[in-house]
Amino acid sequence: MSMRDPLAIGMIILLAFPALAQGPKLGQPIAPADAAAWDISIAPDGSGLPPGRGTAKEGEAVFAAKCQACHGDRAAGGPNDALVGGVGSLAPGKAPVKTVGSYWPYATTLFDYVRRAMPFQEAKSLTSAEIYAVSAYILNLNDIIGPDDVLDAQSLPKVRMPNRDGFNPFPRNPK
Amino acid sequence: MSARQHSEPNDFAAGNGIVSRRAFLEGAVAVGALATSATEARTEPLIVQPWMKVPGAGFTGYGQPSRFEDKVVRVSPPPANPATQGVGAARTPLHLLDGIITPSGLHFERSHSGIPAIDPEQHRLLIHGLVRQPLLFTLEALHRYPMQSRIAFIECAGNGQLLNAPQPQQVGIAPLHGMIGCSEWTGVKLSTLLDEAGIDPSARWVIAEGADAASMSRSIPLAKAMDDTLVCLYQNGERVRPSNGYPVRLLVPGFEGNMNVKWLRRLKLAADPVMSKDETSKYTVLLKDEKAWQFVFPMEVKSVITRPAPTITLRQPGFYEISGLAWSGNGSIRQVDVSADGGQSWAAAALQAPILAKAPVRFRAAWQWNGGPAVLQSRATDDTGMVQPTRAQFAAERGLRGVYHYNAIASWRVDEKGELSNVYA
Repeated sequence: MSMRDPLAIGMIILLAFPALAQGPKLGQPIAPADAAAWDISIAPDGSGLPPGRGTAKEGEAVFAAKCQACHGDRAAGGPNDALVGGVGSLAPGKAPVKTVGSYWPYATTLFDYVRRAMPFQEAKSLTSAEIYAVSAYILNLNDIIGPDDVLDAQSLPKVRMPNRDGFNPFPRNPK
Repeated sequence: MSARQHSEPNDFAAGNGIVSRRAFLEGAVAVGALATSATEARTEPLIVQPWMKVPGAGFTGYGQPSRFEDKVVRVSPPPANPATQGVGAARTPLHLLDGIITPSGLHFERSHSGIPAIDPEQHRLLIHGLVRQPLLFTLEALHRYPMQSRIAFIECAGNGQLLNAPQPQQVGIAPLHGMIGCSEWTGVKLSTLLDEAGIDPSARWVIAEGADAASMSRSIPLAKAMDDTLVCLYQNGERVRPSNGYPVRLLVPGFEGNMNVKWLRRLKLAADPVMSKDETSKYTVLLKDEKAWQFVFPMEVKSVITRPAPTITLRQPGFYEISGLAWSGNGSIRQVDVSADGGQSWAAAALQAPILAKAPVRFRAAWQWNGGPAVLQSRATDDTGMVQPTRAQFAAERGLRGVYHYNAIASWRVDEKGELSNVYA
């Protein structure tokens, strides 16, 4: 077939364009159920939270065993981030101490982050009950929930964080 | 305040020895009386060096820098906790490099739980959430897609954070400014992959997640994902380095570095941002009042003089090139002005091609150091008209508690001994 043949060129274009429009399509379809183990995102409305429950009293032992070496006694910090305190330190002119209690706007973020990234040396090793419990412990140390309050998929998204309204969108983002 | 207003018949374009851009471009920098007399001392007689008398080394599989360049390395402070290695950053020695491309082995690295040892055969990229058909991609599949290359900077939102300190820190340019890098990135347009999955009309965000132990996660506006975001497989012509996201990472051009998720394993389309740890407790900018800016996407216009810079000492008065980088996450650089008198007078620097959107530009200016005190500054303007603020202007808008997105004019003081230091001017 000669490339000078207008009919041949036309056929090539006709054959080629539907393929281009479709794209390579090399992704393998996967059922949502089969992707579930990877879907660890937890939204502020609580979607993605797993079954299970825990209280601060139960979480104290988890914290002592898994968290305290880096985050200090009662999560006061040292050598790594403090998770408690700093309330009032965001006020003008003060040196901010940004902790779960003083700064984090959503309690769901605490569960999400502990589940995906903590403990540092063995990420993703805690059970859902342990994560609910240790999250409750940290929230209780910050006086946000009581020592016997049960955290689960229903109650965690309802926890009102002190700095929930502390954020505004950046005014100069591209449209 | 333009260069022309300050241009004098003697070819000084701005105070304290900045030579005119015209003279610089015409190669006439050593203009007569300006030039300090070169040393009259005779050099040693020339000898033939020993390496010209025997054959050199043979071939190697992967080339390395000269052994004489072993000081050209990234710098990172020791971790606060030795038990948590891999949290923090290693910064680029900007003062030892030139051009705009950062060598891949010197590109700054920032990780939240170390660099994962990912087997590319086992790695998968999942696209799911608000899509018609969730899709799973192997690396082999991604390699078969049409690709495109783009030269772009990635700057950590925390770059320059030490400059928020009340007193100027004397730590060198790498700790101060070294979390900016530029590569030629090559990969697949994210829009191509999202279109194949079929975007639900209710989707507004793409939640990107890495395969590191922290599973670092950020929400990216769908509009940006569909615009110029790339799923990158190559960095400067070779596969992306492990510290920069091997085997696959996002390039979100112009947006804060943290959003350019490395070790990319998952993209979930959603109606709302997920409010991950790194878009709430970190990477938000606390202002003067109790409020913080959240979702601060573009790295705004910025520049820094990379040479001369702290840790470099000027050994004698005379001619020096002032050279640096300027960049904007909102577009391309239109102008860079330089000053040797702490911002009292400015002259336009020469901008070296290529001048690309969301990529650094290399600027150059000629300077005749008279041996006295000087304060060197650069001030960039981008093609949206945004001008890099002074430190005072920056602080007046947002205070100095924000940690992230510091982009004020940087100042290097030169003293009579030729030593450079970081100052607030």
